[in-house]
Amino acid sequence: MTTSHRRVGDQPWVRRSLIGIAVLLAMVMLVIPVVVIFAQALSAGWSTFAGNVTDQYTLHAIGLTLFVAALTVPLNLVFGTALAWSVTRFRFPGRKLLITLIDIPFAVSPVIAGLLYLLLYGRNGWLGSWLATHDMQLMFAWPGIVLVTVFVTCPFVARELIPLMQQQGSEEEEAGVVLGASGWRIFRKITLPNIKWALIYGVVLTNARAVGEFGAVSVVSGNVRGQTNTLPLHVELLYQDYNVVGAFASASLLAAIAMLTLVVKAFVEWRQSRPIVSTPEKEVS
Amino acid sequence: MSASANTSVAIGRRFSVRSKRVLPGFGLSLGISLFFVSLVLLLPLTGLVVETSGMTWDQFWFTITDPRVVESYKVTLWTALAASLFNGCFGLLLAWILVRYDFPGKRILDAFVDLPFALPTAVAGITLATLFAQNGWYGQWLAKLGVEVAFTPLGIVVAMAFTSLPFVVRTVQPVLEELSPADEEAAVSLGASDGRVFRKVIFPALWPALVTGIALSFTRSLGEFGAIIFIAGNTPYVSEVTSLMVFIRLQEYDYAAASAIASVVLLASLILLFAINLWQGRYLRRLEGR
Repeated sequence: MTTSHRRVGDQPWVRRSLIGIAVLLAMVMLVIPVVVIFAQALSAGWSTFAGNVTDQYTLHAIGLTLFVAALTVPLNLVFGTALAWSVTRFRFPGRKLLITLIDIPFAVSPVIAGLLYLLLYGRNGWLGSWLATHDMQLMFAWPGIVLVTVFVTCPFVARELIPLMQQQGSEEEEAGVVLGASGWRIFRKITLPNIKWALIYGVVLTNARAVGEFGAVSVVSGNVRGQTNTLPLHVELLYQDYNVVGAFASASLLAAIAMLTLVVKAFVEWRQSRPIVSTPEKEVS
Repeated sequence: MSASANTSVAIGRRFSVRSKRVLPGFGLSLGISLFFVSLVLLLPLTGLVVETSGMTWDQFWFTITDPRVVESYKVTLWTALAASLFNGCFGLLLAWILVRYDFPGKRILDAFVDLPFALPTAVAGITLATLFAQNGWYGQWLAKLGVEVAFTPLGIVVAMAFTSLPFVVRTVQPVLEELSPADEEAAVSLGASDGRVFRKVIFPALWPALVTGIALSFTRSLGEFGAIIFIAGNTPYVSEVTSLMVFIRLQEYDYAAASAIASVVLLASLILLFAINLWQGRYLRRLEGR
């Protein structure tokens, strides 16, 4: 793109009209909706907003949501890293299948994800009925919410890491082995610094989805206000109660997390674009 | 996100069968992965199998061909198709201007593209419903044109288009970036019109990625729930999507019916997922073969 030669769509009028149309559509579809969330949340003034956010049930929903995310994110961090390590550093039969399998949560409807867990762990499920005889109820309680959230968010860390680790190759780590470093030391001193930013973005993405999951959670939660109501469910509840301003107050908290996610992503991409990746395409050697 | 789009990179093959397993941690990392995949992804599928196998074939068939359910398949299919085709056009346009042009606010626009993945679907749902309501910012203008979006199938299209918008942009963008300028410049300097060069030179390189993006967008739209239920109105036979049908059967404690309908959707989604992965694998080989 740095050449002085003319390329398709370089004429000023083409460029201007394409940019114009795209920016206009993006404003309508992406920017204005975000503005509306905050405008609605604050439409009855700051004090009403503060009142809505510090409402007893809202606070409980915030607490439960953060609790679920705090359990989900570390689990998927460990899983995602382990999976990315195994599929990018080793060849083994079924490797491609494994990579496809972790995309399942992307393809499965959240409602069906919830249903799958309900059928397995519910009172009538084969595992759930066994658990019930041991006085353990996972569904319609917080453990069920955590389980479905883990399901829905498990691809994110792995999906961020796999392409990067594939591209970086394993020469540096192999050098570490030759020099006699332990596995943990190799991971910490060589791999981790290389994948740090992708890992952070994976975590942020996992967190955003864990905090915002609606369909799957609404199937398994039971929606008891002040008990099993997460923040997205609370948004729905208030909205169905015609408390639109209250619903948008809670929604604005979730939107703020979403905006923060986008900022982190932009920052991570900026960081990654700076150092040139050491030796790409080494495999063709 | 780049996530699914990156499958193509992830499946990239290595030619050298080098020193096997020099690195440590094979057992540990694969062990954790397999344990997790079995427990979190595969074990729950058994529940569905058990539940549906408790039904006779007639019951199963009766449940999944119930007229109201069949109508929901139709609504879901055409709205998902409309939404993903819209995203095919809009996503291609966005990817094009983000790669080819420089303009103020480009980085912000690039970041905003991922908004639908970061924003909880319920929040997207109530926001779109508010915007497109009769008295909403968009709804009142559309009403003057005689177009109703909220509480109609058109609302479903809007919700699906919003939630799956990033797929096409993020699959097409990298391909567009790596497109070599040489062929294009040669064609232009030989006097071909821009439209012709786009059709004959650029589009042939682009369309596999575009198809992938549209397919991912379609798959996502088939399963979408949170954003849709607020804006669709959920009128039986008119604006009910299939994921809502599953939800309704669950609310009625009819687990068997919910499972039967879910198994249809699940099968369709899994077939799509494997097809997309195969497609990406083939397309990648073609690139390597060049």
